[in-house]
Amino acid sequence: MAHNTTMEELAELLREIRPEFDFTKSHDFLADGMLDSFDMVTLVATLDKTYGISIAGVDILPEHFKDLDTIAALLRKYAVIP
Amino acid sequence: MNFAFHGKRISGLLAIAPANESSFLDEMKNFDFPVNRSLKLKEVMGYDKHRLVQEGICVSDLAVYGMEYLFNRGVLDRDRIDALILVTQSPDHLMPPTSSIIQGRLNLQHDMFCVDINQGCAGFIVGLIEAFLLLEQPAIRQVVLVNADVLSRKTSPRDRNSYPLVGDAASITVVERSDDDCAIYANLKMDGTRREALMIPAGGMRMPATAATAVLQDVGDKNLRAKDHLCMDGSAVFNFVQVEVPPMIETLLAAAGVSMQSVDWFLFHQPNRFMLHKLADRMSIPYAKMPSNVVEQFGNSSGVTIPMVIASNLAARMLGEQFCACFAGFGVGLTWGSMLLSLGNMNFCELIDYPNESLQ
Repeated sequence: MAHNTTMEELAELLREIRPEFDFTKSHDFLADGMLDSFDMVTLVATLDKTYGISIAGVDILPEHFKDLDTIAALLRKYAVIP
Repeated sequence: MNFAFHGKRISGLLAIAPANESSFLDEMKNFDFPVNRSLKLKEVMGYDKHRLVQEGICVSDLAVYGMEYLFNRGVLDRDRIDALILVTQSPDHLMPPTSSIIQGRLNLQHDMFCVDINQGCAGFIVGLIEAFLLLEQPAIRQVVLVNADVLSRKTSPRDRNSYPLVGDAASITVVERSDDDCAIYANLKMDGTRREALMIPAGGMRMPATAATAVLQDVGDKNLRAKDHLCMDGSAVFNFVQVEVPPMIETLLAAAGVSMQSVDWFLFHQPNRFMLHKLADRMSIPYAKMPSNVVEQFGNSSGVTIPMVIASNLAARMLGEQFCACFAGFGVGLTWGSMLLSLGNMNFCELIDYPNESLQ
């Protein structure tokens, strides 16, 4: 899966959870009030379902959901991104 | 800390849930969140229905109702109870102990040991350990363990992070000596440095309840709660569970010399479906061996959820079959505990409603 495609897909998945925000313009979703801990849970469930993975509970940490790059890095760990 | 017990068993279990039921769909209007966002959370977490006590109903009401039910059915003899352990975070009063209130309301014998334990989601494990320890005494042959909480009364109805999950309930577990010498293994850990992850800040001596502590405040996440209410750091609690519980289960099974595959049921505390599925995935436990349906039907009733998961999923089978069961509880304190035991062939195992008309 191409990196850019995944970033666009990620931004779209995030918009489905919080349509009022543009996730391409923030580098700290949590500090900027765009995601809370329950949105993180919703996002993980969405990522699990979309990519056929199970993100480990120990990886569900705020630092992995700061921005599109950190989420992409997490998905790289699960081989969603080469 | 590892524990091992011999010659003891759970001989009966009753769960009591208030008949009064509330649904997340009806409550969504109380939360300042878009409907779509709340519905997504409903799907992931298992928010659906939960059982809540009516105003004025206390822990002792649920416990006394359940005990009288057992006396009337003839499966528990009030004169044979040597100890009554109550595990709760929502006592009737600061004093006297609610276990004494239950003893008095039921006219139980004076020659007995009554004690309250302030514990939460690990409270079934802590209570069982206490019960097994008491049974080491020659004078104590039967212990009744009551787990009960009415924490909906301490949770803000405007807090979407907590209120939809919380349920009220009680359970009565009869623990006795057994001729079967099958070992019971337990493991318990505590970390008070993380005590603020789950707390009710006001109402004790440190911060007495006042008019000011009852004022709802926006704490920055669109949820409104007061200092009198249950406050949970959801991220911290989630991470604590995912980090601490799997190695605890590995330690427990290693101490018992039992493989993960040999366990018939993983009967864990029921915080929410998402958290349980993540634990199951991490430990490669089939979802079918780890029921996760209590929150969506009854809510999270703290230390009562393990009895509730047994009574709501396995009641009939607990009467005539025997299983290798692994319990795990984790929460306030922070405390995390687990137990491996042979479970079944009980004298009774049932889930009953506490009827609305019992309101007095």
